[in-house]
Formats: sequence, structure tokens, C-alpha cells
Amino acid sequence: MKLLAALSGGVDSAVAAALAVDAGHDVTAVHLALSEAPAALRSGSRGCCSREDARDAARVADVLGIPYYVWDLAERFREDVIDDFVAEYAAGRTPNPCLRCNEKVKFAAVLDRALALGFDAVVTGHHARLADGVLSRSVDLAKDQSYVLGVLTAAQLASTVLPLGSMTKEQVRAFARSRGLGVADKADSHDICFIADGDTAGFLRTALGSQPGPVVDALTGAVLGTHDGAYGFTVGQRKGLALTVPAPDGRPRYVLSVEPVSRTVTVGSASMLDVSTVLTGPPVGWLDVPRSCSVQLRAHGMVHECVVSACGGGWSLALATPARGLAPGQAAVLYDGDVVLGSATVLSAS
Amino acid sequence: MAYLDHAASTPMLPEAVMAVTERLQAVGNASSLHASGRRARRTVEESREAVAAALGARPSEVVFTAGGTDSDNLAVKGLYWARRAADPRRTRIIASAVEHHAVLDAVLWLVAHEGAQVTWLEVDGVGRVHPEVLAAALGDDVALVTVMWANNEVGTVQPIVALAEVAHAAGVPFHTDAVQAVGQLPVDFASSGVAALSLSGHKLGGPLGVGALLLGREVVCTPLLHGGGQERDVRSGTLDTPALAGLAVATAIACARQPETFARLGALRDDLVRRVLEAVPDAVYNGDPVDRLPGNAHFSFPGCEGDSLLLLLDARGVEVSTGSACSSGVARPSHVLVAMGQEGEQARSSLRFSLGHTSSSADIAELLEALPAVVERARRVPVR
Repeated sequence: MKLLAALSGGVDSAVAAALAVDAGHDVTAVHLALSEAPAALRSGSRGCCSREDARDAARVADVLGIPYYVWDLAERFREDVIDDFVAEYAAGRTPNPCLRCNEKVKFAAVLDRALALGFDAVVTGHHARLADGVLSRSVDLAKDQSYVLGVLTAAQLASTVLPLGSMTKEQVRAFARSRGLGVADKADSHDICFIADGDTAGFLRTALGSQPGPVVDALTGAVLGTHDGAYGFTVGQRKGLALTVPAPDGRPRYVLSVEPVSRTVTVGSASMLDVSTVLTGPPVGWLDVPRSCSVQLRAHGMVHECVVSACGGGWSLALATPARGLAPGQAAVLYDGDVVLGSATVLSAS
Repeated sequence: MAYLDHAASTPMLPEAVMAVTERLQAVGNASSLHASGRRARRTVEESREAVAAALGARPSEVVFTAGGTDSDNLAVKGLYWARRAADPRRTRIIASAVEHHAVLDAVLWLVAHEGAQVTWLEVDGVGRVHPEVLAAALGDDVALVTVMWANNEVGTVQPIVALAEVAHAAGVPFHTDAVQAVGQLPVDFASSGVAALSLSGHKLGGPLGVGALLLGREVVCTPLLHGGGQERDVRSGTLDTPALAGLAVATAIACARQPETFARLGALRDDLVRRVLEAVPDAVYNGDPVDRLPGNAHFSFPGCEGDSLLLLLDARGVEVSTGSACSSGVARPSHVLVAMGQEGEQARSSLRFSLGHTSSSADIAELLEALPAVVERARRVPVR
């Protein structure tokens, strides 16, 4: 096959491309320039968009002996991922930008371009298994990324190759070393790539400005304090509340809900965070969803058994065990064992 | 394979390869006082004389550098600082809007860090600066004027003699980046009237990493690199004797063959242009159709992205450029095309084909064999 390998400059995408080359495919590499002002050097474990990362990607292509190009998708990334991230927080929801990037950039803009240019599929270094159009968890559960790929449509999956699903991260690194790839021991990236210093609240404050509002007790309705912007809070959050009035029972309080119009942040005890019914928006799915299956509600989060019923174009999920601190905007991904059944955005939970 | 990117770098002439390798085997710092040092110095000075003779300059006007970017930075910053030191009111730089980044970014640096102001000279639809535009921009606060001899992207040749005359009449030193011009166009330093002229080895058949700034005897230029003062106290650093030997041979040959090059490449280029427009009737030929570098053909292909065209041609062994080569590999809309009045999408749809001394009609045949299918394919790619 003629494959387009998306190289981030990290070890996973490098090994994915190497496996595709070694399997005899005709592989061309691209590095996505997603930052409008790329830094010269990578800072810590964040990001994949510095010029140092681009160089690492280019060196992988050199070692593999495949053509290498940089595609400038910075504008697209800003509109579809960064602006969306800010808008979602402004609306009181908690988005997953990696999922959005997969949905709108990597497996949309890049895949569309690849197919138009005559490639058969895109190969990426995501840790998930994909066989016969069925997406399932990586054998390395700690690295599994099927949750952020659940949003892909059957058509997108049909043009995707994920060679790493049956390898552990250690096996990936070992293969990279044996293949002479310089990125074999490069640190994993985590956190949000476009927030270089990891300060999400600070990033949102810069984007949205100061929008003060009250922090209200869920039981009594009493105003316990003020905040600088409701967008800085996520359901389930405990830190950073800066409350001056202690809870009557002396126990910690958590954010229960964020109401963007009145800028009200409602707080309460841990037990009030528990939800057992989840309503979602319209799902992206390619397999029939059985009445009984399991659901994962955040990346690397725990899995809950659930009963699924249709509800207003989306799902209503009755959880067998309560989930704690579920924020609107997160993705609910349904699984049958390790197999991904579909993905939908959480609208509300109770 | 068809290499159609000579404006990025052209192969070294065999005579230049010979000159470099011969000298690589010898020892000697051209500043040393013993016999080996004298031999190195002799090579350096013969190279200086050869470059001077080829370009109508005096040997003392040749300042060797490490290439085009080095020469441009030395000229822009050095002339600015020298003029400002002589007359503190002179803090404005006049530059064309279509300069190479080596000039553009040096100017922007002076604006950001050295209190300079800049006036960008407008160009017309083919990328030409008109002398009356320069005349209107001049004033007694101007430190220097810089306008390239010929544009590296669209190939348009500037009326350098007329522009230099306007600047000279106002008492302002005039620098020109002639990196693309030397060897393709007649370039005579003395009769051009310019105060400073940049050239680069690897654009004319010499080695990479070497170039020169031709600097008029009376022109004062503040050094950027301090040290041994090897080059007229304007630039320091041990001279790269082998590279200079190669630069000298290449410059001499390129300038001697310039009339023949102009005719031969011009005819090849005209053939390329005619056949591209035949194969892709809605392609737009950018730049001055007549007064341009003989090896340059620059097109916009409506509905295509330059990136896509480049990738698809590369896969078929045809090597071209979307504009000027850039380190990050990221293709941004060209500031040259934007200055010529093109919008973002159109400015992203361009490709440059550039010919050089090894180009032949077989290269053009290979391009034309690939191009129709490539354009057809690239049109299916969704525009960002």
C-alpha cells in the first residue's frame, strides 16, 4: 500500500512508520506543524511542535529512507482544537483536545489530503488495535489510546493503519533501538501540547479575561467566595477554590457544576459528585451497541458497566457503579470487553 | 531525475571542484608569515583578484564572507551602524518589499533592537521597484537603501542602475543582493553605481559556505565579526582558502559564460513556459515576462497548493521549489507574491522552476511528462 506516516518526532509514530516500511509498504512521512510560532527547542515533556521535534521526525525519515515533508496545519489546529478548547471551557464544559485533534486534524484534514494525493491510508503511532475495521484497546493498557480514537468514523478507520496495538511501550522502545531510531528513549509527551507551561487556568485566563462570579454551596445556596472566571473550574476539581468559609463537616469540597451564564460555580461534598445516569449527544459508532456493555468516561479513567438506552438522539447510560466528577464535554466511549463500540459527548449526568 | 531547483543551489562546476580539492591538500593560514602562509595568502589574493576582475570591482573592494546571508547581514547592519554613527539622524532604512529573508530579517532586527525605522518600497504586479517610488521615499533621515538585483522567487530583474543613481544623488549608500544575478545577468560593480553587492558561491557553481560582499573603497561599514580583521577590518575570521579558490574559479567562469548562459537558459526557459501553459492553460506565469532571470520560471496553479504539487513531483523524480527554501520546511504564503498583490490562497499555489548550467531539454521533457497528472491530482486536495 501507499501509506502516509504522520511523524510527531516521538518514538511511537517513528516505530509505526518503521513497521510499515519493514512490512514492504511505500511510505511517505509528514510532520504536522501545529504551532503558529514554533519554539526552537522542546520544553519538558510537553508538545510535539517544536523545531527540535520536527528535526527528530526528519531524522527518523532519513533512517527509514523515506521522503519527508512538513505540513503546516497550524491555522486548522488553532481553529478546530485551540479555539474549540477555549469555547468549550467558556461554555462550562470540559473538552478533550487530543480527541478533537484526532477527529478534526489527524484523521480529517491530514487523512483527506492523503487520500486526495493518492495515498491508500494514514499510519499513526497510536496505541490501539485496529483489525477489519474494529478498534480495540492496546495490549498495553497503561498506554491505551482507544478512548481518544473512539470518535473516528468507520470511513476514517477504513483508511487508517495502527501498527502498535499489540506492542507494549517497552517493546516499542526496544524496537526503536534495534532499528537505529534516535528517538528510542525520548520522553513521552503528555499534558496539553499547546499549553507549554502546563498552566491551563492561566492559559484560559489570558484567552478569556477576568470574569468574576460567585462560588455557591450546593446545599445551602450560601455564597462561599468569589472566583476570577468560571472557565477555570472543572467538575470534580478540589484545588484552587480558595474558600474562606470552611464546610460545616470540615471535609473537602469539590466543584459540582459550572454555570457559564451566571458564572456560578457550585461546590459540595465528595459524595454529591457521584453520578449514575449519563446523557450524551449523538454518538459516533460503527458497531451495534448492545443493551449491556461498559463505558469509559475519561482518558485513562475507570471503566463502568452500564445499561444503554436511546435518548433524544444520544445515549442514556445507567451506570452499575457510580462515576465521580463527570463533566459535560467529556467523551463517553462504550466498550464490549476491549472492543470500542462508539463514542459520544457527555451532555449531563445525575 | 530532473533537478529544477538551481536557484536553491546549483551543482559545482568541475573546475571549481578541482580548485577546491587541490587546495584542500595544502596547509597554511593566509595570515601566517612563513612560506606555507604565503602560499595560502597568494591563493586568497589571486582569488580576490579573479572575483574583482569578473565583476568589475577593484581587489580591495572584495570582502570575502561565508555566503549570501553573511554578506547581506554585513551590508545591512554594517552600513546602518556606520551611517548612524556619522549622522545620528540617519536611522531609516529603505528596502524593497520583495527582499530575500537574509535582508528582510536583518532589517527587521535593526527595527526591533537598534531603533531603526523602515520604509518598504512597493512593487508593481510583476515585482518591480520603480525609481520614482524610491525617490519619493528618500529623505535626510535615511541610512541606507537595499534592493535586490533580481528576485529569487519570481525572477524579476530590478532597474538597479537607475535605483542606485537615485540613492547616490541623495547621498545614501545603496546595497544590492545580487546572489541570483551573478552569472545569469551582466553584473558590473563599478558601472552599476552601487555601494555594496552581495554574492554567494553555491548559486553560481562554486562551493557552499562562501561568498563575498563587494564594498566600494569609500564606503564605511561597521564590522559584525571582530577578531583578526582579515578582510579590510570589516570582517574577521581565518580565510577559507580552498573555498575561496573554488569561488574564484566559479565566478570567473560563470561571468565569462554569462552571455551564453543567458541565451541558452533563456531559450530553455521559454520552452518550459510555453509547454507548461499549454499543458495547464489556467496556470499564471508570475513575474516580469521579459526582464527576468533567464533560468527562472514561476507559476501559480489555481486550485492547487504548492506543497501538494511539490510532493507529487518529488515522488516522480522532479525536484522543484514552492518559493525559497526555508529551514523549518513550513510553507507560508510568500511575502514576494503578497507584495505583488496576490492573496493568501493564490500565493500558496505557486511553484518555482529554476534552471542552471546542467539543465537540458530532457529535464523539461521529464517535468512535462509528470505535470498534467500532478496538477490534476493536486486539484483534488482540499485547500486548507
